[in-house]
Amino acid sequence: MAKSSAIKKTGRAAVFWKRLKESKILILMCLPAILYFTIFCYIPMPGAYIAFTNFNYKAGIFGSKFVGFDNFKFLFNSGKIWMLTRNTVLYNLAFIVLGNALQIFIAILLNEVKSKYFKKISQSIMFLPYFISAVIVGLLAFNILNYDFGFLNSIIKAFGGDPVKVYSMPKAWPFIIVLVNLWQSTGYGSVVYFAAICGIDTSMVEAAMIDGANSFQKLKYIILPSLKPTAVILFLFAIGGIMKGNFGLFYNLVGPSNSALFPYTDIIETFVYRTLMNQFNFSNSAAVGLYQSVFGFAIVMLANYLVKKIDSDYALF
Amino acid sequence: MKVKKDKAGVAITVFAYIFISIFALACLIPFVLMVSASFSDENLITSKGFSILPRGFTLASYGLLFRSAKQLLGSYAVTIIMTVCGTFIGLFLVSMTGYALQRKDFPLRNAISFFIYFTTLFSAGLAPTYLWFTKYLGLKNSYFAVFLPLLMSPWLIILMKNFVKSVPYEITESGKIDGAGDFRIFVSLILPMLTPALATVGLFLALGYWNEWYNSMLYLPNVDYKPLQYYLYKIVNEAAALKNSLAGANVSVGSLPTQTLKMATAVLATGPIIFLYPFVQKYFISGITVGSVKG
Repeated sequence: MAKSSAIKKTGRAAVFWKRLKESKILILMCLPAILYFTIFCYIPMPGAYIAFTNFNYKAGIFGSKFVGFDNFKFLFNSGKIWMLTRNTVLYNLAFIVLGNALQIFIAILLNEVKSKYFKKISQSIMFLPYFISAVIVGLLAFNILNYDFGFLNSIIKAFGGDPVKVYSMPKAWPFIIVLVNLWQSTGYGSVVYFAAICGIDTSMVEAAMIDGANSFQKLKYIILPSLKPTAVILFLFAIGGIMKGNFGLFYNLVGPSNSALFPYTDIIETFVYRTLMNQFNFSNSAAVGLYQSVFGFAIVMLANYLVKKIDSDYALF
Repeated sequence: MKVKKDKAGVAITVFAYIFISIFALACLIPFVLMVSASFSDENLITSKGFSILPRGFTLASYGLLFRSAKQLLGSYAVTIIMTVCGTFIGLFLVSMTGYALQRKDFPLRNAISFFIYFTTLFSAGLAPTYLWFTKYLGLKNSYFAVFLPLLMSPWLIILMKNFVKSVPYEITESGKIDGAGDFRIFVSLILPMLTPALATVGLFLALGYWNEWYNSMLYLPNVDYKPLQYYLYKIVNEAAALKNSLAGANVSVGSLPTQTLKMATAVLATGPIIFLYPFVQKYFISGITVGSVKG
């Protein structure tokens, strides 16, 4: 009994080796990608060790003095990490919830539009913001918001009001950043939901209409339920990335040095960047980065677990 | 068959036209402001503010930019070379990897897929990566520090895998029966069938390269010709950069039309990629739908 299973096992191993040999070329085809991710993603990983050192550029990564959790202690005790986490998570939540709601809304409305021409042109225009770099986004926002000659203030002045100094009003920024994010991502995001609506069996809609359903009932009982799986999956994936911020958006909207706004606009990415590039504090920057990676990893695992429970086909792994 | 619309249905349709028009307009207006400012008179902009139509139509900013075109043209050249090379090399590598990882008879496909995918779950972070690039790989002020990180991404490989899935496995099998090797099958049988996928992934790659400014800001502090978006970033955020960019133009610094000049540069930096879009729109939309859910 034991012998035959051992033979089976070596047999299986032999088959595996044979198949591996046969797929030599496939392995070679993957080799560039394997090398690429090894060099650019895996090799830097041990470097996160500098989060536990008092990093000295000359001494190098493993020559620097080990200080244990001191860097983390400093960041936690100063309240920095808490503020950054709060901002990052809350902004992402707003982006996810409002973003998906608006995308679904636009997709449903696009489906009601009958003119092909209108549909095509409006979709193309709504896509436009997706194609520009974060630098241009920051510039466009500045054109509208700046105090001296911004578009907003020229409208306010035209109606006889007093111009506003938006760049020194910290509390206005959460709204501005969320609005700009919606502006940039809605056209792109609504395509997915629009495709899901187009995939609905039209005979189902027609049957409902013949049975006397009105347009609101059609929306409530056919269209919205059919979007639910897409929405749930997209939502959970987005939750997996809740610790990751959009550096370009925040950095270009707020600017590198407008520190009066930071309590409301600083996210993990912008802090990590400034700590590294402006203060050359490698250790603290790495500490916050490591905190983000570890915490983010845990959240992805949780989100994936939930996706698996809902529909294992959609699970990441 | 046609079903007659009820009153609510008509109301919804009318609302749809109005709401979408307003939203599309809101998407468009910032661009209109930028373009019209680039054609405006500087003094009118600073005294009266930005407007939908150009204030005092003039080509002065563009004229000034072209007279001192060396910096701008250098940046264009850098960005165009990177975009073209990056898109083609990236497309080749991404599609080759995507195909191999989608082959049912490849025993390592799950292991390698996970190896690639894991990099999106956990990353070294900025500081260690920066150290690795600058201190150990010596890529500071090397264009490769900007070129290489955009060449492949797990997300694009997964997107490509999803596209390859729709190519029937029988095609690979028929190639095998005819005695073609795996690479040969990929190049002559599979690639021609992947045109929509190549257009979509190619557009994402091209967008990535064209709009790149972040890695340039990190790794290219002292190069003569900065990639276009980073060049724009410098001009927008640093007064000195604007003056330097016009060093050859023979204008007194005090009389520079700062605002309109920035806008003209921004228009020139955005234009090409937006013109590309109508040609690939069809593929692009299908691409987002294919790649979105399992992204």
